[in-house]
This record gives sequence, structure tokens and C-alpha cells, in this order.
Amino acid sequence: MSVWRNLPLKAKIGAVVFGVFLLIAIFGPIFQPYDPGFAPPDATLSLNHPSAKHLLGTTQLGQDVLSQLLTGIRLTVILALAVGAIATVLSVLVGVTAAFLGGVWDDVLSLITNVFLVVPALPLLIVLLGYLSTEGQLSTIIVLAGLGWPWGARVIRAQTLTIRNRDFIAASRESGEKTWRIIIFEIIPNEISLIVANFVNTVLYAIGASVALAFVGIANLESFSLGTILYWAQDNNALQGGAWWWWIPPGLAVALIGTALVLLNSGIDEVGNPRLRASRGSAKIAGRRVWTTDPTPVLAQLTASRGRVGAFLHSFSRSSLLDETPAGGELR
Amino acid sequence: MSPILEISDLSVVYRTPGGDVRAVERVNLELNPGEVVGLCGESGSGKSTLAYGATRLLRPPALVTGGSVRYSGRRITSGGAPVDLLTMNHHELRRMRWREIAIVFQSAMNALNPVLRIHAQLLDAVQAHLKLPRAEAHEKVAELLDLVGIPRNRLRSYPHELSGGMRQRVMIAMALATDPEVVIMDEPTTALDVVVQRDILAQIVELKERLGFAIMFITHDLSLLLELADRIAVMYAGRLLETGAAQDLMRDPAHPYTRGLLNSFPSLHGARRELAGIPGSPPDLRDPRPGCPFMPRCGFAVPACSAVDMALEPWNAAQGGTTQLLDSAHLTACPIVTPEVSQEGVLS
Repeated sequence: MSVWRNLPLKAKIGAVVFGVFLLIAIFGPIFQPYDPGFAPPDATLSLNHPSAKHLLGTTQLGQDVLSQLLTGIRLTVILALAVGAIATVLSVLVGVTAAFLGGVWDDVLSLITNVFLVVPALPLLIVLLGYLSTEGQLSTIIVLAGLGWPWGARVIRAQTLTIRNRDFIAASRESGEKTWRIIIFEIIPNEISLIVANFVNTVLYAIGASVALAFVGIANLESFSLGTILYWAQDNNALQGGAWWWWIPPGLAVALIGTALVLLNSGIDEVGNPRLRASRGSAKIAGRRVWTTDPTPVLAQLTASRGRVGAFLHSFSRSSLLDETPAGGELR
Repeated sequence: MSPILEISDLSVVYRTPGGDVRAVERVNLELNPGEVVGLCGESGSGKSTLAYGATRLLRPPALVTGGSVRYSGRRITSGGAPVDLLTMNHHELRRMRWREIAIVFQSAMNALNPVLRIHAQLLDAVQAHLKLPRAEAHEKVAELLDLVGIPRNRLRSYPHELSGGMRQRVMIAMALATDPEVVIMDEPTTALDVVVQRDILAQIVELKERLGFAIMFITHDLSLLLELADRIAVMYAGRLLETGAAQDLMRDPAHPYTRGLLNSFPSLHGARRELAGIPGSPPDLRDPRPGCPFMPRCGFAVPACSAVDMALEPWNAAQGGTTQLLDSAHLTACPIVTPEVSQEGVLS
């Protein structure tokens, strides 16, 4: 629990928001009131405002938006996590191998990484996805993962290069550890915060890219991901027609997931690199905020300058217990 | 002679979730003008915390919980009337730092910026605190290097182009940039080999004679202090155990801990003897036991030790069978080991 407590606030917010979306992705479809694709032949159900029957209204075809949203969050989150996982594994494999083996391996793998890095992603995505089958999300996942790994690979390669030259790696090599063991037990644990950050980043990229692709119509338009909901909403002029309940919820979901991931990512960054925090942070001492650039606080002044209200409030706090016993007090 | 820096009853804690770590507890220490006071103790005994706490350089979670630090230097506007560093605000402290109290930091490698030439770094110090015209500031920087015996053409060097000893000299020059009254030296020679160490110490002494500042010298090397310092203060577990003139301390150590320290290195002359270290390790400062913190490791420990109040009392040296007051400045925190006790030769 102390890990959670020491997390920066933004990481906590990010984790909670993203956790909510994960729960929706796992359990949401259980609670969906209708089949998201079911279009009742009743014309009166077209483009209904949100009501007790349809909490988020209906689409042009009378489909329930809430049901679509719950399915859409699941599909999009699954896709993003899968892309993140595959791309991260690829980056770790390529980055660590290139840096650790060095020589020709490094040259070849770096070349491949750089080629993938300069390939213009969006046109390639459009071409590839137009060519591959659009049944299910598998082709989208593969293409996004295949284009999403080079950034991480380069960062991890650089980090591995610095770790590889440290003394403890030399020591474990001298003591006869096998290469795979050094990589898995000596190098990767030292990069774990980098890898996690890379994963979160890639998930973020996958959500953005998949929604964008679906929005322009390059996806399985029979399924309901957040992107395809937006595609159909746009296709049916939901914005112009004032059917806000159709496009705001999926748009908001995308924005919230994205924000949560960004917060989570920069929060993880601070955990992995405490200097980011210490340089600008402040500490609470005896109930007072003290900046790290301030002179060393003196207890008498901290308590003296506290107003009556402040002192009263402070007496409830945990740190006030520490103030009662001045150092060395009980010894005299 | 009135002291220039008078630390009285200073207590500093590090406030952690597991309770206060009492790093410095009720320490009294005086520094007279032109004097070298050596502060000596093992790692974690609170030497640096004492010095940085007194100058208010520690970051949170450090917290000064009591005491006063009176400085009565010549430049303070009130004309030598003592001021308390602990009641000063940010700006007052900023004005007096470096001009009055300068610090030579522990590791010259880390204290110098690796991407700036030393000229720029010295100039920074000079300009920030002296407000000299440009040309004069440049001249001053060159003079500073002369002062510590580094050729002027080194001004354009980067720190990595200097040897360890030179870097340390640059640090000393930087501290002296504004002609301070008090210089705190935090293990300035720890990373250097003994030959360079001797050079630098000789230089420090010479500069002190010439410029007349007082030095608080922090180190864990007692043998070095015996040579360099006028007075020595021995710290253990955040408390002062003994203070006294270097000569007295060497000839007639009062506290069992000091004796242990003196027994841990060989002397150049005199009979060969077995070197005795001090077994055990320092106590946990989060949960101090009452009485003497050295008790668990002390060869003289008696039950009364846990009731000792750790106040410094004069140590009356025993000479020729009669007890006489040798020097009232030789103080010890141990009331158990009196001259009579040590005369009986309990010391193994």
C-alpha cells in the first residue's frame, strides 16, 4: 500500500481513470441493455434523445448508444493493450539484442529500426489495412504493433548500452552467467520503468491510431469500436443533426482514456526518476509546506507563525504527534 | 576572545514516516576567530548534519528542532552584535552566506559543474556575492587561482581536465572568493591520496594564517585532525562526546570513545602495540536509548551509564597522582570514566 501512497497525484488520477475504463472493458458488455447492432424496424426509435429506456439515446437506425459504447470501450481497450504488449515485446527484443550483442547485430537491427521509424505511418496503415482482411481487429493490431515498436526499441537500446558497460554486468559475465540470464535478470529489471512507460505510451498511440483509422472508415465497420461509432455518427451527420448523445460519449471516452494514460505515464516517469520530483517539489514538515530551496526549517518558527486556526487544524494531523516531543526532551 | 560562531543546544532531526531520526542532539560548539576546530566522528554520526543544519543548508525532511546558532562576524551591519542564523529569513541568509560563512563541499567532482570552465564557475561566485565591475571580477578570479597555487592558464580548463587535487583547490578558492570569516570544510581531502592531502592541508593552514578565517573542519580522520586542528570535537550518534585542544585530546583522551578512536591507528613512534578497533556499530538514531549512546560498545560501561545526561563537563587530567585542573576547555560527556578510574588502568 505504501507504493500507492508514494505515487504522485497525477499517477493516481491516471491509474484510477484508466482502471475504471478497464473495469468497463471487462464487465461492461454484461450490463449492456441491448444488442449493440440490433436495429429495430420501428422508425420511431430512430435518433431518440436519452431516456430511461435508452440512457444514451439511439442512433439513426435505432441502435442503443450505451450498448455500443460499452462494447466499443471493450474492443478499443483490448486492441490498445494488445498493440502495446506486442510492440513493447518487439522493442525490448530488438533494443536489448542490438545493444547487448553489438557489432553486426547492432548495425542490422538499428538499420531496421531506423527504416521503420522513417516509414510514413498513416499512408502505410491505410494501404495495408485496405489490403488485409477487415474481419475482426487482428489485422489492425498486427499493423499498428508492427509500426509502433521502433521508438521504444531505440530508447531501450540506448539504455541497454549504458547498463551493459556498468561494472555489475562485467562481474556477472566474469562469474560465468549465460547471456540470456544476464539480459533477463541483470539488464531488464534495470529498465523496467522505461519499459512500462514505453508500454503506456504505445497503448496511447494505439488508441489514437485505431480511432483515427476507424473514423476514416478503415476498420471492420460491422463491429462497434469507439472509432467506428464515431464513423457512423459522422456518416449520419450526427453533429449537424444535433444528435449529441451519439458522438459525445465515445469522443469523451477516447479523450478520458488518453488523458489517463498521459497522466499515468508522466507519473511513472517521476517514480522512475525521482529527480523530476525533488527538483521542484515541496515537503510538508510540521504541517507546513517547505520548498527544497528554502533554508532548513526551524521548528519554533514553523509553529510560531501558524495562526490560531492553523494550529487548531494542525493539532488533528498525524505530524503534530511528532512535534510534542522535542528531540532529547525526555532525556533531561 | 569571544567566539565568532556559537552553536548552542542545536538539535536537528530528519522527519521520516517511521519517526524522527535525531541526527544532531543538543550540541554545543564554539568557533573562535582564526581557529581551526575539527569535527570528528564515524559515518552517520551527524558531523555534516551539524554543519549544514547550523548554516540552514539542509533540505526537508531535515528540521531544526531547537537551539541557536549565533554568528558575530565583523561585516554584519550591526557591527559585530551577534545574530542568530536560526531566526534569519531567506534573504538575510543569502546575504551572509559566502560573504561570512563559506563551505568547501565534500566531493569536488560533484560540486563543480562538468560543462562549465572553472573560470565561469569562479566568476559566478564572485559576481553573485561581491557585485564587482567586470574587469575587476575577472582579475579577482585569476587572483583566486594564484591563491591556491594553480597556474592562471588553467582558468579555461573544464573540471575533468584537472586532477583531483586541483579540483579540490578550485573548490577552496571558490569558498575563499569573498574573503569569508568562517569556512566550513566538509571532508575536503577524503578522496585524495595522502601526499596530495598533505599539500592541500598545508595550503589551507597557510591561507588561514594569511587571510585569518576560522575553519570548521569535518572529517572522520582523527589522526589528520590531531595535526591540523587547534581544537577537536568528537561526535557520536548525534552528540558531542568530547571537546578539547588537539594536544590534550591526543595526550590524555577523556571519553572511552575517543580512546577507542586513538587506539585504532598506529603512532609513528613509541612501542609497537596491538591496534584495537571499536567493536559494534552505531545505534539507531530513530529510537535513542536514555543515557550514553556509546554504552553498548563501551569497555567501561556500568549500569549508571544509562542515566548519564550527556552534558559536557570539565575533564580534570590526572598527573602525578594528584588531580589538577589542566585545562577548563577540555570537556567530556562521560562522568563515569574519571581520571581516577583511568589511572587505575582499567583501560585494557
